[in-house]
Amino acid sequence: MTASSIQTIADIRTAMAEGLTAVDICAQYLERIAAHDGPIHAFTHVAKEQALERAESIDRRGAEDPDLPLAGVPVAVKDNICTRGLPTTASSRILEGFVAPYDATVIDRLTKAGAVVIGKTNCDEFAMGSTTEHSVSGPTHNPWDLERVPGGSSGGSAAAVAARLSPIAVGSDTGGSIRQPAAFCGIVGLKPTYGRVSRYGLLAFASSLDQIGPFALTVSDAATLLQAIAGQDSCDATSAVEAVPAFDAALREPVPNPTIGVPWQILEDGVDPDVHTAFSAAIDVLRGQGAKIVDVPLPHAGYAVPTYYVVAPAEASSNLARYDGVRYAYRAPVDAAGADLTSMYDRTRDTGFGDEVKRRIMLGTYTLSAGYYDAYYLKAQQVRTLIRRDYDTAFERVDAIAMPTTPTPAFGLGERSDDPLQLYMGDVFTASANLTGLPAISLPCGYGASGLPVGLQLTGRAFDEETLLRLGAGYERDAPWWRDTPPAAAIRG
Amino acid sequence: MSHPHIGNSVAHPWSGTLASGVTTLSRSDVERIAALAHLELTESETDRFTRQLGEILSYFDRLQQIDTTGVPATTHPVTSAPVMRADNRRPSMPRDEALANAPDSCGDGLFRVPRVIG
Repeated sequence: MTASSIQTIADIRTAMAEGLTAVDICAQYLERIAAHDGPIHAFTHVAKEQALERAESIDRRGAEDPDLPLAGVPVAVKDNICTRGLPTTASSRILEGFVAPYDATVIDRLTKAGAVVIGKTNCDEFAMGSTTEHSVSGPTHNPWDLERVPGGSSGGSAAAVAARLSPIAVGSDTGGSIRQPAAFCGIVGLKPTYGRVSRYGLLAFASSLDQIGPFALTVSDAATLLQAIAGQDSCDATSAVEAVPAFDAALREPVPNPTIGVPWQILEDGVDPDVHTAFSAAIDVLRGQGAKIVDVPLPHAGYAVPTYYVVAPAEASSNLARYDGVRYAYRAPVDAAGADLTSMYDRTRDTGFGDEVKRRIMLGTYTLSAGYYDAYYLKAQQVRTLIRRDYDTAFERVDAIAMPTTPTPAFGLGERSDDPLQLYMGDVFTASANLTGLPAISLPCGYGASGLPVGLQLTGRAFDEETLLRLGAGYERDAPWWRDTPPAAAIRG
Repeated sequence: MSHPHIGNSVAHPWSGTLASGVTTLSRSDVERIAALAHLELTESETDRFTRQLGEILSYFDRLQQIDTTGVPATTHPVTSAPVMRADNRRPSMPRDEALANAPDSCGDGLFRVPRVIG
């Protein structure tokens, strides 16, 4: 195993067993980023010095140290997750220059597991968007076609892994922000059950929906990364006490005679024919492996988008009130003689936030305001209950629910930037998992006619990531799409 | 920062209406929302947001088609009670670190802001 052929965590373990050091691995990925990230722009900050220092400390470990599960494994981190001593801006002008004074719990756990944070990745501002175009540093480009979006909001993390600029990455998923870019970039992305992973140190967007999760090339790598970051945390009261199973061990056992539900009815309209074809072929693979495929009605799932776009902006309008030009980074220049506190707030927020963030703050302010609260926010929360009940009913007879991750493959940069409502519609298959809190994984499942990746989404019962990972690993064995490398990747597989 | 009052059922003079099933949003509505949200919008932003937010709010009207009589609200997907950590005293972030990211602070450990009164 040479450094230049490494792709996965397994490759890194093999290479290190054969004598390569963590510094060699780190230097290899830094070289790939330097040579290949220019046209992609997956990274907003490359932590070269800190990463090499960290890799050296991994190499210096004494023989008495136990084996670390991620020893020397580079990890790319979405820029809305706090990393001590590194910029953390959520791709917003309002946080330009902000350096996190502490590590998020996931970073702390990754470090303890031996991982090396190699850089911060581009995203839609405050994770609001599905294209990674709403970033103060400019858009990320899809490694499969540089003229197309990588998806979002965690588009930088997805593009980094797809282009082999980092073996794994973490992102956050509020309405599909891990799964949709994973689908657009042809990699694995998992939104864990709400509460499975601590949100401490994640810049809050919508606190009842946000969840941190892994990106990887393979299901096994996603499982290893999830293992490292999952589990209860005293710094996040909503993190769950449920025991974290041994995911790696579980992967070796297929799910015996699984039943997989498909809500065929909601796939009838608005799904791109290429996506439908690739999805149906993936279902055939699962059926061929012994899965029983049944039709499941999800009568309220079609309301996931309007429900989500009431709930998420409402929570965002409250969470983003803290960015006021006093405590964090950016303050708009104000005339010292004429300005008062309120005009400083107003100007800072107008010039510090981008359009999509302002739209959502205003939507949330409106739907929470006197006279409209019941009609919008309360109504959406009630529909949220109905969506959850649909899933509860379905899970009485199925082990997982399969859908395409997205209705279309990646679209062109700039194509939808002036039509926010059209963009929101793209979350139709992903938003339900956030509203219900259920875990969901996106797996690469082939290509459309234009050669762009298509994603297969599997949703599971609460705290049953295990079944999703086992089904995913089984699918991947017969359909190893991850071995294909995109044209803009640092290496060719 | 103050936040718009939540949960008050007193009617507000927005031009939007749900009774007719069609939500409309005027320019002055957007100006009022922006003021509540502490956003000093430019003229062109107000125009653009009036059109876009109006379209999005009209789209939300489809939620009214669903009968939710007697359905409880889901505020959070958490099913178990939140776990509180023991209330033990521990060191907090040093003051200079907490102030390090502030756009304007005083040497004696304070955030400095423009005048508040008068």
